[in-house]
Amino acid sequence: MAIFVFLSFVLFVLGLSFYLGSKTKTSSGYYAAGGQIHWAVNGIAFAGDYLSAASFLGICGMIATAGYDGFLYSIGYLAGWIVALFVVAEPMKRLGKYTFTDAIDSKYNSRGIKLAAALSTLVVSICYLIPQMVGAGVLVQPLLGLDHYWGVIMVGAIVITIVATAGMASTTYVQFLKGALLIVFSTVLVVAVCLRGFNPRPDQGGRVPFHEPVVLAAQGEGAQLAVTDPGWSVVEVKGVPAAQHAFARLNRGGQETWWLVDAGPAGTRLVEIQSDVATPDGRRLINGAPASKDNALRQVGNLESLRGDTEMPRGAVSPVGLLSALSDRDTRIRRWKEVRFGDADGAKVTAYYPASTPGNLFMRPGLKFKVQGTPLEKFDFISLMLALFLGTAALPHILIRYYTVPSPASARKSTIVAIAAIGFFYILTLFMGSGAAINGVLNPADSNMAAPLLARSFGELLFAVISAIAFATVLGTVSGLIVAASGAVAHDFCDRFLNLGMDDRTKIRAGKISAFVIGAIAIVLGILFKGINVTFLVGLAFAVAASANLPAILMLLFWKRTTAKGIVASIFVGIVASLGLILFSPELYKLYGLDPASAPVPFSNPGIVSIPLSFIALVVVSLLTPKRAPGEPARAARR
Amino acid sequence: MFHEPSVSAGKDPAQNYKMRLGVWMVLSYSLFYAGFVAINLLRPMLMEKTICGGLNLATVYGFALIGVALVQALVYNALCNARERKLDVPQAPAEGR
Repeated sequence: MAIFVFLSFVLFVLGLSFYLGSKTKTSSGYYAAGGQIHWAVNGIAFAGDYLSAASFLGICGMIATAGYDGFLYSIGYLAGWIVALFVVAEPMKRLGKYTFTDAIDSKYNSRGIKLAAALSTLVVSICYLIPQMVGAGVLVQPLLGLDHYWGVIMVGAIVITIVATAGMASTTYVQFLKGALLIVFSTVLVVAVCLRGFNPRPDQGGRVPFHEPVVLAAQGEGAQLAVTDPGWSVVEVKGVPAAQHAFARLNRGGQETWWLVDAGPAGTRLVEIQSDVATPDGRRLINGAPASKDNALRQVGNLESLRGDTEMPRGAVSPVGLLSALSDRDTRIRRWKEVRFGDADGAKVTAYYPASTPGNLFMRPGLKFKVQGTPLEKFDFISLMLALFLGTAALPHILIRYYTVPSPASARKSTIVAIAAIGFFYILTLFMGSGAAINGVLNPADSNMAAPLLARSFGELLFAVISAIAFATVLGTVSGLIVAASGAVAHDFCDRFLNLGMDDRTKIRAGKISAFVIGAIAIVLGILFKGINVTFLVGLAFAVAASANLPAILMLLFWKRTTAKGIVASIFVGIVASLGLILFSPELYKLYGLDPASAPVPFSNPGIVSIPLSFIALVVVSLLTPKRAPGEPARAARR
Repeated sequence: MFHEPSVSAGKDPAQNYKMRLGVWMVLSYSLFYAGFVAINLLRPMLMEKTICGGLNLATVYGFALIGVALVQALVYNALCNARERKLDVPQAPAEGR
């Protein structure tokens, strides 16, 4: 069923691309869909373009594992559209032709701007492509039973086909279709969650038996730890500062498993956890037994109590009732955390352990972003919120959608349709994420699959449809990104910067070749970045976009003293500063396998430093350079 | 070689009005957004306070940030449309070159 729905959707999308491709004969048709898309269609296509894997997979996953902190992304992503609508939409439409570079360069005709803006488009698009490809890989594992890299390769191949056949025209209709379907079926999923209500032992409608972690009584601590039940023996006890807990390796009947040491006032007890152990001789053990199709990590996430009641009321609940009950301080949600350490035999252990979280903490910021933490942690939070607010209006693949409508008024109206559609979807994410947190559907090793796995708990049909839409979500966004990136290479760099004098046919061919190369790069990066939460990666792409592009856009519109060299300096400083801060941040150090505490940059979100630096660079260089290069005519004079 | 827009939008006499209006609207929304960030940093416990219908401030404020964005967008569009009608701005410009 799932495979049939999925393949039908993919074939339909490809058929549509070939049909539209047969009608695309000009570069305007290829890069901007002829500038004749209706504003309402463009608005939903905006939603399809914008609601990427980060929104559907990443945000829902982060809400499911870190509560309200995931919803901060929904708020920030939506708020960014305010800047896009009120400040950027109409001027971008008025100034540009095919790409963001056209608009930025419209008053200057500067080779430096062409190069800088094309490079910026390429960098931001690739930063944004990585999480989409990671999301694609995550999706195919439960859907088609294929490895992560096959999902990445499939998306890459399909998207290259879509973009290379018809460019922006097919991309627009794929995005329109996917945007509409995503909103409709996310609503269906939220209704299903509310109809199911609460269950302390969620069993996915009887499909997957609920497993309550076993608890063993113990005495002593450290090396003296002993299990009361004589059938168990302690092999080793490992203190893990990163988890602020100790873990015990126990042996029973020759099988070794890991347990959480919980030393409370009532005595010591050992709580069953899940583990993924890579032994020095190359074996992989899940919960003490060899990993196999039948021995995988159990799905987790459930309510321990609802308003203090462990035998909670069953039956349907209203949307407000759902959030209200989850916010209660006497509600307790069992989340699962992850920590990695080495054991005494040299094996690498990844432990997944339960953490009981009160509802009042789950439903407000603080579990991931430490708003009550150190000044540095607060600084990181401000930086994230700033980048999300300013990033949307600077994303090249979003900005090019302003060139697909016939007028500035249409650009404005399509943005409003986008805000309505995207805002509604983001409200749904809070219900989908919290629904996944309490319905026993989460894969403890990968939060990105929260929404599709929640759908599977309601049956294979909903899972098939939601997965096909999630896959289309990746297709739609990746198509837009590859159109933007190929436009930067073929149109901005080859045609305008190198001044190759390309005709319409050559421009289209160059765009298609660029799409192929960029798609191939995206496939490689998608495989390399496997396992990272996709919304976190997109948050970083927003920071790069806000740093590299937004100062140039705003100052071009609002500061008459802005010069071409100022814009070039701003873009380069924005790219270098944001990427530099990200590459040496604690989160990336984790990815490199290094100690995050040793990262030279002490925070993970660079926007609060890199965005002002980019503005400063623009102002200083503009003040130091003449307004217009000698001999360079004004645009008005040319007309 | 200058690069013209994909479609000729013509002169827009309402342009300055729309730009000013847009800036004021962004500033007012920014204050609302900054308020959310500030409460989280300065009085985070306030975010778990129940406000209405059993929902806490974090949920209500978060939904309000999304709802107010849409309301502002509709108001902005209505004001822009009114000004464009008043100044007789062409809504459907001729197709580009």
